[in-house]
Amino acid sequence: MKFAIQVNEGPYTHEASVSALNFVKAALEAGHEIFRVFFYHDGVNNGTRYTSPPQDDINIANTWSALAKEHNMDLVVCVAAAQRRGIVDQGEQERNGKDGNNIADGFRISGLGQLIEAGIEADRTVVFGD
Amino acid sequence: MSMLHTVNKSAYERGTLESCVSKAAKGSSVLLIEDGVYSAVKGGTKAGVIEKAMGDVSFYVLGPDIKARGLDEGKLIDGIKVVDYSGFVELTVNNDKVASWL
Amino acid sequence: MSDVKKFCYLNRKAPYGTVYAWESLEVVLIGAAFDQDCSLVFADDGVYQLMKGSDTTGLGIKNFSPTYSALGDYDIKKIYVEKESLEERGLSLDDLQHLVWEDEDEDYAEKDSIMVVTKDELAQILEEQDVVLSF
Repeated sequence: MKFAIQVNEGPYTHEASVSALNFVKAALEAGHEIFRVFFYHDGVNNGTRYTSPPQDDINIANTWSALAKEHNMDLVVCVAAAQRRGIVDQGEQERNGKDGNNIADGFRISGLGQLIEAGIEADRTVVFGD
Repeated sequence: MSMLHTVNKSAYERGTLESCVSKAAKGSSVLLIEDGVYSAVKGGTKAGVIEKAMGDVSFYVLGPDIKARGLDEGKLIDGIKVVDYSGFVELTVNNDKVASWL
Repeated sequence: MSDVKKFCYLNRKAPYGTVYAWESLEVVLIGAAFDQDCSLVFADDGVYQLMKGSDTTGLGIKNFSPTYSALGDYDIKKIYVEKESLEERGLSLDDLQHLVWEDEDEDYAEKDSIMVVTKDELAQILEEQDVVLSF
């Protein structure tokens, strides 16, 4: 079965991104496909590579990146939400004249249409948020 | 056709569970996750929200979330089923759509 | 997949206090281009999103309330507002914006988009959906 996942909250403040991670891991273990994880609202903050939590805490961004690499999973950060919150890739850096970028491995920035498309293509859409 | 509803708020702070249960059709399932699991404790003043609806709706709680909060399965309202994340995934497969009550 | 899916936007949060209402509306506007069968549900504090008379000049932030009146132009015809949520909050339909869509088949007659429904009717509406996006 194909899943679309929407994550509406950033890491650490709210449990939503951890719930989404655990759900995604369990779905993959059960042999399902994750069509796309779409990060919206403060959820875009899952996609920065500049987090450095203490050693004894989970590194949420790295966990997403590792899962994306291992399972060829599509992690999409909403461009409109990302621009408001300072999540930047190379393209956005050039377009908006920023002095750097911070997108984590395996994430890409794209439009809200990617969320709707995921809802259309997937058999199930599950939203995690506050 | 059936729907899985997820609720992630404590009924002691928000009306989310009551809103969900009032709009959960007969035969649907409600899974309590995150702070939603506090609503599943037996003997609490909000336990009635679940107890009254149990005839029409199946209730589940996410085990890892109750454990993280120091709650024991024995403290839960009788008839609520505890599932792990793989059970959560199964619930989304066995129902044909999912609504999150945020 | 070529079939049209029933998409439901479940709005349960008040506007301005948090960003969810505005960013939900942005999804609805983008989603309209995908020609799916789209319904908007406003329940609990979500009913405040449709209040008329919003003025955000004192806050110095964007006022997105007028955007709801454009929904008809995006072919959004089904806006469900929960009756019980309005009543609990001392509100009635008159407190909300008058949202309409134009019916091409009837010489562009303006028709109301907002339907006030009970929680039981809403349960049925939710049950008919394929995808529920919650904000």
